[in-house]
Amino acid sequence: MAKGDPIIKLDKLAKEFQTSQGAIKALDDINLEIKEGEIFGIIGLSGAGKSTLVRCINLLERPTEGEVLFEGQSLSKLSPAKLRKARQSMGMIFQQFNLMAQRSVLKNICFPMEIAGVPKKDAIKRAKELLAMVGLGDRENAYPAQLSGGQKQRVAIARALATRPKVLLCDEATSALDPNTTKAILELLKKINQELGITIIIITHEMDVIETVCDRVAIIDKSHIAEMGTVSEIFSEPKSVIGRQLILGESVEHIEFENGRMFRIVFDGHSTYEPILSNLIMACKIPVSILHAAIKDINGNATGQMIIQVPDNDLDIAKMLHHLKANHVPVEEVRNYDV
Amino acid sequence: MTFSLAKFILDAETWKMILVNGISETLYMTLASSLIAYIIGIPLGIILVVADKGGICSHPKLQMVLGTIVNLIRSVPFLLVIVIAMPITRLVVGTSLGSTAMVIPLAIAAAPYVGRVVESSLREVDAGVIEAAKSMGASNWQIIWKVILPEAKPSLLIGAGLAVTTILGYSAMAGIIGAGGLGSYAINYGYYRGNNAMLWINVILIVIIFQILQEVFMKLAKVSDKRIR
Repeated sequence: MAKGDPIIKLDKLAKEFQTSQGAIKALDDINLEIKEGEIFGIIGLSGAGKSTLVRCINLLERPTEGEVLFEGQSLSKLSPAKLRKARQSMGMIFQQFNLMAQRSVLKNICFPMEIAGVPKKDAIKRAKELLAMVGLGDRENAYPAQLSGGQKQRVAIARALATRPKVLLCDEATSALDPNTTKAILELLKKINQELGITIIIITHEMDVIETVCDRVAIIDKSHIAEMGTVSEIFSEPKSVIGRQLILGESVEHIEFENGRMFRIVFDGHSTYEPILSNLIMACKIPVSILHAAIKDINGNATGQMIIQVPDNDLDIAKMLHHLKANHVPVEEVRNYDV
Repeated sequence: MTFSLAKFILDAETWKMILVNGISETLYMTLASSLIAYIIGIPLGIILVVADKGGICSHPKLQMVLGTIVNLIRSVPFLLVIVIAMPITRLVVGTSLGSTAMVIPLAIAAAPYVGRVVESSLREVDAGVIEAAKSMGASNWQIIWKVILPEAKPSLLIGAGLAVTTILGYSAMAGIIGAGGLGSYAINYGYYRGNNAMLWINVILIVIIFQILQEVFMKLAKVSDKRIR
């Protein structure tokens, strides 16, 4: 399948909700082009509007302004019957799986085919193939209540693929799963993308999800798209405030060094070959500045000391001290450069 | 010989009246009016849910009008429903006396109640599941028939147990319009004639029927529910 053509285009999309406190704009001026065959991530904090955005793509929410173009066709201009037909080309999976509790696994997967009018025999055959593909070939007669979260999401994926859609929409599909299960589900999504050529749109608040599977990413903040680009571009150089916050962590934007505290780290030879400072920054996620460093090479061992400054935050400092002690790095607090 | 104690309490003719006529008339009134009440109540409950704000076929004005009618009928005491409904009963059944005549006011009083019971069962269906069906291109009819009703089945059965046993209780008032059944025997032959044995035997039989109906529906609900591991 050719990569490159836009399969979904959002054009000046906006969505306003009427509430008792007046109108609330959940989305404003959203312009996106999603290419056929790619895995596109949309990330944002909760309340940013990302769930509304994914629901606008298959018109579960009707945009108040702008258009959704699916294969060049404006969805909001379709008749209800044609829109339902178009939805069969867009599978969707959810955070809470949304399986029918009173239907067996096999019948859940048959459901979208029943809707689409596929003959029962063909539907069952296809459902069995899909179950085998998601690795649950032996559980066709089980009911959702008998499955784990990861298994339920596998069934939901099989169900979403039943009508051979061109696009798979994933709304926080891994947010209710533990890290290992998340990894397995993401691998499955990647496999589906590569083997079946299905375009996948992933909505998430987890940076790891984007990093693991996505080709391109859009960061959404306060109803707008803050920035967009390939995952490697955005991760190496986030330009927006929200991008830096999501990728580099919360504290980066609010550093207060005026009343920082200083510490002396002593290099006593045996910890030389470990990158002590970078480990510290990564483990504690605190900004560190080096005020003074004097390291000598003595018989291949580095010995010396370093004065660092960190923001005055008791919790962060406690974390740092704990980390250094755990790694057997001598550390003491110093005042006024009394090196 | 073995019947001696029973004979001592009531004669054979009376036993036959209670056990054959009483039970069958009570069951007839209860089940026939339950059936009619459900024929009206199920569509009513469905409309109350789907037409509500945020429902799949939102129509708040219709929902409000129906909701108001339901509340009005439900607030009329049943004894008065029997009296007020007499012209309708006469029109439908041809008479306002007897067990069949009792079915009409029972159904009129029970239909809005059943509507509410069905409504509350249908509201339990997870909105996410309905959204998923929509995302697969299901029409509103398909969502009602293939998602909402089957997913609510166990809860609907529990509700039916509640509704049928409530109607059984109301059917005991049938004596007022000269209908039979255990309830009216208890009052007419037991209470008014000061025959305590007659009163208590009928009461006990009503309690037993109540328990059996309740249990049957609870069992059906439990057996049909696939959410239990």
